[in-house]
Amino acid sequence: MSEHILSSKLYYAIWIMLLVLTVVTALVARVDLGPFNTIVALVIATFKALLVVLFFMHVKYTSEKLTKMVIVAAVFWLLLLLALSMADYTTRLLS
Amino acid sequence: MSDSQIAVEQHGPELLHHFVDAEQQRDAASLGMWLFLATEIMFFGGMFCAYLIYRYWYYNEFAAGSRSIDLKWGTINTAVLICSSLTVALGVRAAQMGKRKLLVVLLLLTIVFGLTFLGIKGLEWYTKFEEHHIPGHSFNASDLEKPPYSNGGIDQQHEQIFFSLYFAMTGLHALHMIIGVGMFIFLTYYAWKGRYSPKYYTPIEMGGLYWHFVDIVWIYLFPLLYLIDRKPLG
Repeated sequence: MSEHILSSKLYYAIWIMLLVLTVVTALVARVDLGPFNTIVALVIATFKALLVVLFFMHVKYTSEKLTKMVIVAAVFWLLLLLALSMADYTTRLLS
Repeated sequence: MSDSQIAVEQHGPELLHHFVDAEQQRDAASLGMWLFLATEIMFFGGMFCAYLIYRYWYYNEFAAGSRSIDLKWGTINTAVLICSSLTVALGVRAAQMGKRKLLVVLLLLTIVFGLTFLGIKGLEWYTKFEEHHIPGHSFNASDLEKPPYSNGGIDQQHEQIFFSLYFAMTGLHALHMIIGVGMFIFLTYYAWKGRYSPKYYTPIEMGGLYWHFVDIVWIYLFPLLYLIDRKPLG
């Protein structure tokens, strides 16, 4: 882990972006996009989560590869849990 | 005097004697924290999985339930949590630069934002209590508007499942917030006592990682619970 001290301007910029995206996601939800409403909401949420992980949690600036591997592995296991469960439930004829 | 005695005498929070140097100690703490957060992802992941399955089965009830949650307070609370993440990030920065008073102020602000979030969440829950939307004996969701695309009415049992998940997920998140606020009270006390310096601020940094994680959980809970279907009716 490096001892980077990031500029406070960067933190304020990320903060503003997170606030703007929060308002955007709440407003877009009121527009009828069909099935894309959910997709847009999740894309915005994932983008916000990435901003927090990369900048607030300093992952963009860490030199520790093991940390990055743990994060990727955790997300992978989560997707495995969700994808395999849904592969079961969405292909059952009776529900 | 042997080498081991010297090592024992020299160790402090800056460098415990089983680490080679401060950087190795920090890396170990960081890796441990991220591993803990990985287990937290799986902990919340089980709930997200249950949510996904039931949303797939009972979409109409989920949409109707989601409409009944106050979007205004949900958005404000998301903003409050984002502000608390900013104060934590700036707090870690203050610790890195050895600005003790600034660190204490930023940690106190974080606690205030955290308590504000919990207060608003409590108000939202109280509204649900008054509306009889808490699953259980007196549950009654007959006041919910059914989505125009649903053929039948709203199934009360399925609606209870939505609200069970709503309370379980926001409740588990709130529990993490309460633990986080408690943790920051300790960190603020030790920061005030001058325990942290640019050489040693690991607890502030690890506390920050935990708080940001709880923020990310909310970043997903907000669209999944509040924004299922907000299209204008009719």
